[in-house]
Amino acid sequence: MHPGRARVVALLAALLLAPAAAASERHPTQSELESEVVCPACHTTLDQSSSAIARRMKSFIAARIRAGDTKSEIEDKLVAQFGQAVLAKPATHGFDLLAWVLPIAGLLAGAAVLGVAAWRWSRGAPPERPAAARPPLDPELERRVDEELARFE
Amino acid sequence: MRIARIGAQALSVALVAGLLALLVWKVAHQVGDSTVASDLRDGKQPAAPAFTLPRLDTGARLESSSLKGKVQVLNFWASWCVPCRDEANLLQSASSAWRSRGVVVLGVDHQDLSSDARAFMRHYGLKYAVVRDTGDKLYARYGATGVPETFCVNRDGKVVAHVPGAVTRDTLDSCIQGALES
Repeated sequence: MHPGRARVVALLAALLLAPAAAASERHPTQSELESEVVCPACHTTLDQSSSAIARRMKSFIAARIRAGDTKSEIEDKLVAQFGQAVLAKPATHGFDLLAWVLPIAGLLAGAAVLGVAAWRWSRGAPPERPAAARPPLDPELERRVDEELARFE
Repeated sequence: MRIARIGAQALSVALVAGLLALLVWKVAHQVGDSTVASDLRDGKQPAAPAFTLPRLDTGARLESSSLKGKVQVLNFWASWCVPCRDEANLLQSASSAWRSRGVVVLGVDHQDLSSDARAFMRHYGLKYAVVRDTGDKLYARYGATGVPETFCVNRDGKVVAHVPGAVTRDTLDSCIQGALES
């Protein structure tokens, strides 16, 4: 794809996704929060748990949504109650930031390695050295090669 | 070309060194295999882990050092836990009955909503101090695996007994007596 066209596609994608993300932040749904919050006793997301504490957390989330809290506010309240591990996604600061940075860095490094390899392959094999540059064959070996070739003629 | 190759090699070495440093950091900072519960099972009397945690009722921070010289009954609980309801009255009674002998009951609320925990305290008339173990750090150091669980600490700050599950009058008295006599 032409670089200019790729930039336009990326910009369009960002423009399309940004309003959805903003809407999710302002008006979070019960189901999205249940899929992003971990039950501290059973270590699965709330949508996969029906334990007593998971049920209480679901009620808490429902009450906060009704009260008009944003997604960040609800997440902050849950972290204050249960600690950072209550969020299924790692934090974007401190040591947990590595969980976001390392995969991206790995992907970029892999892409760079592939790019360099592709560039080198595209240059093809190095040109053959001229005959004059090659060392002369041993006379005895040359004689045997000639004999072998003569048998096939 | 040679510079690029050296640069790539240096980057690879730096990446491996970085990952190794991360591994070392993780190993050095993770909670070890040994916990209070496992030490007790091995016949040891481990030192009670130090802590500074917020009190559920007042929000003030409670330091374990303020309990030095007292026999402590540490009870891990949560408001959603059914057996915790069964033992709540026993713990409150023990707190009143043993206070004159220097015994302190301390509740450690864990994996719970603070509003639910406060309602639980009001409902069962709990008067003893309760702290919040947000993030389960103290719970992990004690090696508890559920709620409720109770540990008794003697006057020297050594954990001498562990009651997994709800306490009964007998198991609670035995836990406290053991801490008083050790």
